[in-house]
Amino acid sequence: MHLPPALTTWFDAQGWTLHPHQLAMLDRAHDPATLLIAPTGGGKTLAGFLPSLTELAGGYQGLHTLYISPLKALTADIRRNLRRPVEGAGLPIRIEDRTGDTSYTQRRRQRADPPHILLTTPESLALLLTYPDAAKTFAGLQRVIIDEIHALAESKRGDQLMLQLARLETLSPNLRRIGLSATVEDPPALARFLSSKAQVLLADPGPDPDIQMLVPDVPPPWAGGGGKYAIPAILEQVKAHRITLIFHNTRAQAEIFFHNLWLANEDALPIGIHHGSLSREQRERVEAAMVAGQLRAVVCTGSLDLGLDWGDVDLVIQVGAPKNIKRLVQRIGRANHRYNAPSKALLVPANRFEVVECQAALEAVMAHTLDGEPRGTGPRDVLCQHILASACAGPFDGNALYAEVITAGPYATLTRRDFDACLDFVATGGYALRAYDRWQRLMIREGKWTLRDPRAAAVIRQNLGTIIDIETLKVALKGRGAPLGEIEESFAATLTPGDTFLMGGEVVRFSGLRDLTVEVTRDPGRAPKVAVFNGTKFATSTELSDRILRILQQPNWPELPSHTAQWLTHQREVSRLPHPDRLLVESFPHDGREHLCIYGFAGRNAQQTLGLLVTKEMEALGLDPLGFVATDYATLIWGLEPLQDTALFNKARLQDGLETWLAGNAVMKRTFRNTATIAGLIERNNQGRRTTGRQATFSSDILYDTLRRFDPDHLLLAITREEALRGLVDFGRIEALLDRVGPRIDLLRLPKITPLAAPLMLEPGVVPIQGKGRERLASDAARQLLRDAGLA
Amino acid sequence: MPYLFPLGPAQLQALPSGALFWADQSLLVVSDLHFGKSDRLARRGGALLPPYETRATLMKLDRDLTTTGARRVICLGDSFDDLTAAGEMAEDDSLWLTRLMAGRDWTWIEGNHDAGPVSVGGTHLAVLRVAGLTFRHIASPEPHEISGHYHPKARLPGRTAPCFLMDAARVIMPAYGAYTGGLSCDDPDLQALMQPRALAVLTGATCLARPMR
Repeated sequence: MHLPPALTTWFDAQGWTLHPHQLAMLDRAHDPATLLIAPTGGGKTLAGFLPSLTELAGGYQGLHTLYISPLKALTADIRRNLRRPVEGAGLPIRIEDRTGDTSYTQRRRQRADPPHILLTTPESLALLLTYPDAAKTFAGLQRVIIDEIHALAESKRGDQLMLQLARLETLSPNLRRIGLSATVEDPPALARFLSSKAQVLLADPGPDPDIQMLVPDVPPPWAGGGGKYAIPAILEQVKAHRITLIFHNTRAQAEIFFHNLWLANEDALPIGIHHGSLSREQRERVEAAMVAGQLRAVVCTGSLDLGLDWGDVDLVIQVGAPKNIKRLVQRIGRANHRYNAPSKALLVPANRFEVVECQAALEAVMAHTLDGEPRGTGPRDVLCQHILASACAGPFDGNALYAEVITAGPYATLTRRDFDACLDFVATGGYALRAYDRWQRLMIREGKWTLRDPRAAAVIRQNLGTIIDIETLKVALKGRGAPLGEIEESFAATLTPGDTFLMGGEVVRFSGLRDLTVEVTRDPGRAPKVAVFNGTKFATSTELSDRILRILQQPNWPELPSHTAQWLTHQREVSRLPHPDRLLVESFPHDGREHLCIYGFAGRNAQQTLGLLVTKEMEALGLDPLGFVATDYATLIWGLEPLQDTALFNKARLQDGLETWLAGNAVMKRTFRNTATIAGLIERNNQGRRTTGRQATFSSDILYDTLRRFDPDHLLLAITREEALRGLVDFGRIEALLDRVGPRIDLLRLPKITPLAAPLMLEPGVVPIQGKGRERLASDAARQLLRDAGLA
Repeated sequence: MPYLFPLGPAQLQALPSGALFWADQSLLVVSDLHFGKSDRLARRGGALLPPYETRATLMKLDRDLTTTGARRVICLGDSFDDLTAAGEMAEDDSLWLTRLMAGRDWTWIEGNHDAGPVSVGGTHLAVLRVAGLTFRHIASPEPHEISGHYHPKARLPGRTAPCFLMDAARVIMPAYGAYTGGLSCDDPDLQALMQPRALAVLTGATCLARPMR
């Protein structure tokens, strides 16, 4: 395939030369599926569109290409970027975007008269496919381009999208697929996700990044996050560069850091903050200021991981251990968004242990190893939603839908039996007691599955999507109403008037709740009570943990700052350093209590689960555990009696505990809520009325308990279990750990606390062992309140 | 453990289940059972919730009747999620309810969900007065009154639960049914109904009293 002359002329006039991988996309234009892996700034989006522009140059009737991006903001950006060559070369191509922000009239028109190229998100596409006229809209579709496909593949959005592509291919059998990505740990696996016929095209990866650890004069603290100690050094770096992005792992940390940064910012350098909890207006202001070159630095979180071109960023600083190499590489790529120029990045460990993790991450980046868990099979709650959505579009045949679903990569191994269970759930609720024979949602009419009540389609459409937001409340200044951002509802519930927290870098005081809005006043004088809004807690990846363990086995550490090397040497003298093929367990008395430290290096979630399971066993052994704390590397348990042997580190025994513990755990309830929402049991929206999070949480817990009592084999409980095990519970990593170390478990009895265990004492997030304790806590508090009020 | 308190001439017990027991009258009071809620949602084309809530509620009621040995029962309204639900109760649930009602003096107070006669036995009334106390669905200014309707809920550290609201003049009962949301006792409507020194008594494993405000 050759570029149309008008486009060649326009490229020449701009002085643009196409990269080899861009030309290769034209050569492969007729392949059924191509996964292009090219570095950030390598023009991969244009490469994806070249075949479409070429085919469309001679005129076309109807929708030709669908472009899907994980970010709404990206679609608008791509539309602007794409219109330049199209308009410059005078090509007869109409390009529009369609997202949740697109007006109702425009969306309606797009269905009747679609553009040649439609830019959208998986959620908007899901919605488009539920309309009865979808078959007409997509009949002539030739190509679909999926940008940042690795980001979509990481979540259920990817599973949903692949089901949609299967549908699109039914509607338009000639459809060709293009996947675009910059950071992929396993290209063949991602290609299989895209299509069974996909070929991989690897572009020149460009030069290695210039990446180092920032080592300030002061050593990092022993525990905690945030990187406050490094602020003076970071400000020096900001001064020495044009624009710096300062990434944090959580929104709360970004807020606190930003606050402290401004307290130290004596030169009043223009620095902004950007994260997902801030209001859209606020974020757009920062984005605009950045593009206009008015900012010298932006403190940010994952909200800036992907996509948009942010002007002249020439330095990326990652504060806190990156936890995941792929994300780090992606963030580094935000600097020097130009092809063939090395990106410059600095890592700032937030505590002593993270020095080692940052070193491990650095080495991984230089060695070009990326991490990532292999994808599981397609989740069944997403399939339930897909079945329900299919019914909205019109009557369907069960056999045909099954045949279509298994052409989607993630569902290739789905059995007919599992499919039928999902279909039954959607139709009747899938209850052991066949209660809804009369009121079932889907019923068979003339051999096809149909919505019993066609009016239900409107509500089903409103509840599509696989992204479960943590319920949040808007924060606004009292009396003025302009929103500052959002906080988690559960955090809002802990606030009492007068409490202060950080929002957009300023300290605000809670004055009350009005119409689901948190009203605050500015209160610059006070020390804030920390905001715990939804910063995702990432667990350190397996690849990174392995590298850390290997570093710990070195005879010495010339590459590490001396404070950290000395700390590790000291640990080796008084105890041992954790070994990749062994499990180190230290037992020592400290501060009048017995302590047990388990260096599993299994990531935060698995270490937390390990803490719960081990303390449960210890309770049974009469060792009276009192509490524990878990990090990505270790679990520290304290109690009254020391552990005598390692018999409890037994897979079967821990698994047993898991069965009983898991069922009643809050992690399960939260997982159930997400599953039940995606599968359509709980409605997020009903005719425009959003059920408030508190109500939803309340009822989903009760639904969970009811199902567990009366219908323990229900499909949703099976899905919930499966999800929890690979998600928040992460028992898989505990199993992998126990399999790896086998009998090589070293229980060391030591006279006092060890250098490696000491920082854990300072970790926040202590889990008290529950029992009668919680009831006592509540009743003590009740008594105190009555006394204070003079009522008792 | 129940919570014991006086209202006018009566000595009453708030039970951890959310029922109220008046021992002198051998009288058990429950409110807002909302039988058939999942069925009504399904009928209206909504989500198909687990259809077990009627059974869960009956199980709880059965236990309270056995423990207290009450001879007399008052259901304070919204016993059925709507009148159709009352008519279409599943057969085994309906038999179970009949068994509980047998030999007991049983009164259904009308609620906003189930106004009008329902097709189950027992006495159907808008208001009932017993030995100095008044029973109705929605609170009125009348003193010594027991009502339901609002599904009040309150918080303590570690627990958010349906609660009784009580002061010298009235008791507002928690919802007894399984699928019933709740209204925080901070709500202005509830605040306006209750006196300044009102108590919230949380249901759960034991009854816990705290000041309402």
